[in-house]
Amino acid sequence: MQCDVCQQNPATVFLTQILKGELQKVNLCEACSKAKGVTDPTGFALAEMLWGLGTTDTSEVARERICPACKLSQSIFRKSGRLGCSMCYQTFRESINHLLKAMHKGVQHTGKTPAKWEPPAPAVAAPAPDPPVNRLHDLQLSLQLAVDGEQYEEAARLRDEIKREESS
Amino acid sequence: MKFNALLRRTPEWMQTSGPHRDIVITSRIRLARNLEGELFPGWAKKEGRFEVLAKLLPHLNSLPEFQDAFIEDMGDLDQIKKQVLVEKHLISREQAAKSAGSAAIINPEQSISIMVNEEDHLRIQSIRSGLDLTQAFAVLDRLDTELSTRVTYAFDAQLGFLTACPTNLGTGMRASAMLHLPALVLSDSMNQVISAVQKIGLAVRGLYGEGTEALANLFQISNQHTLGENELDIIARLEKVIEQIINHERNARAKLLQDDPNRINDHLGRAYAILRHAHILESKEAFNHLSMLRMGSDTGLLPVELGKLLDTVLVEIQPAHLQIASQKKLTAPERDVMRAQMLREKLQQLPEPRLL
Repeated sequence: MQCDVCQQNPATVFLTQILKGELQKVNLCEACSKAKGVTDPTGFALAEMLWGLGTTDTSEVARERICPACKLSQSIFRKSGRLGCSMCYQTFRESINHLLKAMHKGVQHTGKTPAKWEPPAPAVAAPAPDPPVNRLHDLQLSLQLAVDGEQYEEAARLRDEIKREESS
Repeated sequence: MKFNALLRRTPEWMQTSGPHRDIVITSRIRLARNLEGELFPGWAKKEGRFEVLAKLLPHLNSLPEFQDAFIEDMGDLDQIKKQVLVEKHLISREQAAKSAGSAAIINPEQSISIMVNEEDHLRIQSIRSGLDLTQAFAVLDRLDTELSTRVTYAFDAQLGFLTACPTNLGTGMRASAMLHLPALVLSDSMNQVISAVQKIGLAVRGLYGEGTEALANLFQISNQHTLGENELDIIARLEKVIEQIINHERNARAKLLQDDPNRINDHLGRAYAILRHAHILESKEAFNHLSMLRMGSDTGLLPVELGKLLDTVLVEIQPAHLQIASQKKLTAPERDVMRAQMLREKLQQLPEPRLL
């Protein structure tokens, strides 16, 4: 079995945590377990480990997505958890949609509508969605937000998806 | 309306008695709204926040609810005044930390307040006595609909009202009730209640919201989810759960009174003696004794009229209120002396609790 972090050395440390009633497992090699501080159980959380897996690829930073309307970057959104303007919801739609399922009861608004608001005419008004050029980055963002929100089940799912994406 | 006039006026919720007033102190609803085409306050530059404030103020000013309202820029209020508004639950701790370009607008009855440029451009809040979320929402709904004819809100057909934080998307509504649950705490059942409530997607918090301690056995219960369910459904679900908690609390009180009279006599006796005779009182200790007196008044061991006095005192013994009352900045030890003095005076007429 390979180490989940470096994906090179054979795993010798097997870590299991139960979060919200679900079993979470991480397999590590000797070196990575030391580097991540696994040997000190008090200072270690699986959440941080999941987080760490998502932030290793620095080459992605150069191609980071930025909101055209307010210039908020994905990394700032990631840090603060707050968006810069209403256009950000278009810019970061993909990563936000991942979050909504875990965060809310549904993904479709069913409450009140402002008095002046009219549904935008389809086809003409809606801008073409951005091609998913940065899917990996979006997933990493979602992962971080899921960890922030202590949505560990969602985080584990995203981690697996990131792994699949990275290996494809 | 000036700050001092606002301070002198007793808030409407303290004078009225909504449903289940013995256990539910207040019901609050807040709506988060933003203007289309403007950066959210946390990301906007100072000039941007001033622009939004200038754009909103004339509209807010002309609403009938805000005739003779208290309107102040955060930059024009000192720390103690801001903190007084926090202690009255009229603005948030986050808003109190803001400076010029953010504002608070409060109606004279202190039943509706608006924060401009907190996390969102608009945070509209209404507060009522007892368990009355439906009416608290009705008041805001009207005001919000009126505002939406005057300004253009940021709104999306799928995501609803667009907010700075995705956790508030959809309705932008947080409904919460402040519950006094001394018997559930005394009978060690509160943790069970908290975990049950959390399992069904509701949140339990302390006196001042997120991350605060449950002082005076007061707990805020609110909805977590804002998207995927409409306002009235959220409120109906929340009220149903709260009614169940109220029943649990009533049962726990009855059981304690019957099974453990010595314990109740002891708690009440100590609360009576300490609040009437102490000369140094920290908030926490004072809060917990006041909570016992309130339970005494609810269960007929102390006069029923005492309930309202206790709710008032609970606000007045908080740090910023003490400092406003004494018109100077006080250190923590000075506040403890002042708090004890105020309580001795206010509770001078308090009769001894009836023994079980």
